Amino acid sequence: MSEKKDYILEVKDLHTSFFTDAGEVCAVNGISFTLEPGKTLGIVGESGSGKSVTAYSVMQILAETGRITGGEVLYKGQDITKWDKRQMQGFRGSKCSIIFQDPMTSLNPVFSVGSQLKEAILLHTNKNKAQAYDRAVEMLTLVGVNEPESRMKQYPHELSGGMRQRVMIAMALACEPDILIADEPTTALDVTIQAQILELMKELQEKLGMAIIMVTHDLGVIASMCDEILVMYGGRVCERGTADDIFYRSAHEYTKGLLRSIPKNDNLNERLVPIGGTPINLLQMPEGCAFCPRCENAMKICLTQKPEELRVSETHLASCFMNVKELMESGEVNA
Amino acid sequence: MEKQNNLLEVSHLKQYFPVRKGLHKIPLKAVDDVSFTIRPGETLGLVGESGCGKTTVGRTLLRLYQPTGGRIVFDNEVLYDSGEQYDENGKLIVDADGKPVLGKKIDKDMLPYRKQMQMVFQDPYSSLNPRMTVEDIIGEPLDVHKLYSNRKERREKILSLMETVGLNAEHAMRYAHEFSGGQRQRIGIARALAVNPKFIVCDEPVSALDVSIQAQVVNMFEELQDKLGVAYLFIAHDLLVVHHISDRIAVMYLGKVVEIADADELNANPVHPYTLSLLSAVPIPDPETARKSQRIVLEGDVPSPLKMPSGCPFRTRCRYATEQCAAEMPPLKDRGNGHFCACWNK
Repeated sequence: MSEKKDYILEVKDLHTSFFTDAGEVCAVNGISFTLEPGKTLGIVGESGSGKSVTAYSVMQILAETGRITGGEVLYKGQDITKWDKRQMQGFRGSKCSIIFQDPMTSLNPVFSVGSQLKEAILLHTNKNKAQAYDRAVEMLTLVGVNEPESRMKQYPHELSGGMRQRVMIAMALACEPDILIADEPTTALDVTIQAQILELMKELQEKLGMAIIMVTHDLGVIASMCDEILVMYGGRVCERGTADDIFYRSAHEYTKGLLRSIPKNDNLNERLVPIGGTPINLLQMPEGCAFCPRCENAMKICLTQKPEELRVSETHLASCFMNVKELMESGEVNA
Repeated sequence: MEKQNNLLEVSHLKQYFPVRKGLHKIPLKAVDDVSFTIRPGETLGLVGESGCGKTTVGRTLLRLYQPTGGRIVFDNEVLYDSGEQYDENGKLIVDADGKPVLGKKIDKDMLPYRKQMQMVFQDPYSSLNPRMTVEDIIGEPLDVHKLYSNRKERREKILSLMETVGLNAEHAMRYAHEFSGGQRQRIGIARALAVNPKFIVCDEPVSALDVSIQAQVVNMFEELQDKLGVAYLFIAHDLLVVHHISDRIAVMYLGKVVEIADADELNANPVHPYTLSLLSAVPIPDPETARKSQRIVLEGDVPSPLKMPSGCPFRTRCRYATEQCAAEMPPLKDRGNGHFCACWNK
């Protein structure tokens, strides 16, 4: 299958660990996914599910204690985990860039917006200073910043949250990357500004054709933005599929629980059904399915064996014994 | 008073903060002329974007800030009255020099009333003292109001409170950092419940929590309300959560309440253009609706509260803005069924 399609990014069985005083924390345990040009992949999960670490592993911008311990990250067929520092620097920014959650802390407060934008452009392209300035103004215009020339001279604290996030997007897109990783790009923003930024990202994707990896915990954002969705829990993918697969035909107890626990327009007068227990402690991973301790329908096998990903339909995979068993019995899936 | 059945009545509440600008001090109007009521056992949701003053409303109600103006009546007792007087149309009565005619000023000591009004804070990480055990955190309000006769009774009260919010007795001697976000928020709620209040201001109590934990805490708020009959002012920016938990919802924009109505009514028939765009901007966790929905994307940003536009604060981003909007702030008008909206054109 992988030969047929032209993937811009292929992640195979990625493992990332953090080596702390308390022991090795396996934040990502064997994640695989593929990304086609111009498509949006959503990674959704709670804090500590490994969604951000997956994104950081692709960019290799992990904290000092973190290391990729296994697997491959293929960019246009080349394994970038084997690249050296200099090659990675060429990859970051010009091939793949990232937007962080908090636009205040990810911009440098002591440099003007313009100089930060120009720095990114000068570093990754052959443009001279004057061309970089023009490019920066062009990018600010593209992301809908009004009066771009005067904004260039302003400092991050002079801008509102939405404006700062626009600057971050402008910076990320200045070198026309093939891949844009958005790590909770709208979590720190208000809903009306969030709507603006999401619309902007969609528009820019159409215009520039980059692939987007959208990391978020907000199921609402995922529903409207993504072509494919990965649901992560405890450093593993528990379910993947299209938005319709995940929201209407979910085949994993965690996804089902997550969908039951959020307020929607059709369950306003009922009590929400929360998922019991607390999110997983990565230092004490259970032997079997990571979600097992919080799962209401856990079976004996879930305690001892980690479920494999099984195909539910062409686009839809789930790793849950319970649901796959049901589907097999009803004859929808063949083992 | 005719409205006997209101637990809390807030009228013309104002909260200005002085901000130094060069040599002058100019007022930042965080809350400007806000009025609403809360009935016993009711939940009023308060939504709006960051910086619109919703947290300030909550804090001013509890008198964590000294109000600049207005009147707060709690349980038929006037806690604060700046003495400003208003005519039937809600206009400030002024004398010939343009100065407000002042009546009697009331400013009561809050300590006895804090037994009845409590607060749950947004950030469960910074609102609990890291040097205190859970027992002492929950016991502190009991100490302040001297609600026990001996140590045994104090401990019993604390343990029963912990049980109410779903914490185990063995957690009592632990420190806040040993708990997850959801459990910390439970500690915060137990602390608020310790004095058996009639009214709790919940300032974004679930926004710092994970999705699966959010539902646990939202449910707990609802269960406690059923059991104890406590009223909430539920401040949040997540409209779906607010709609779920609230009986009525007030929408704020730049220090002013622009619309207030029944939760279902507000969601079904929003009137104010700001409410409309706010509701349409909420990402709905349902792909089908997401594909169909037409977002009304607002242009531009919220203006700075230091440079408030004249008249209606929303007019700079409003599609329907007219000259009248620039001239005068529209009053909150009843549109029937307790649906109030402040807009000239809608």
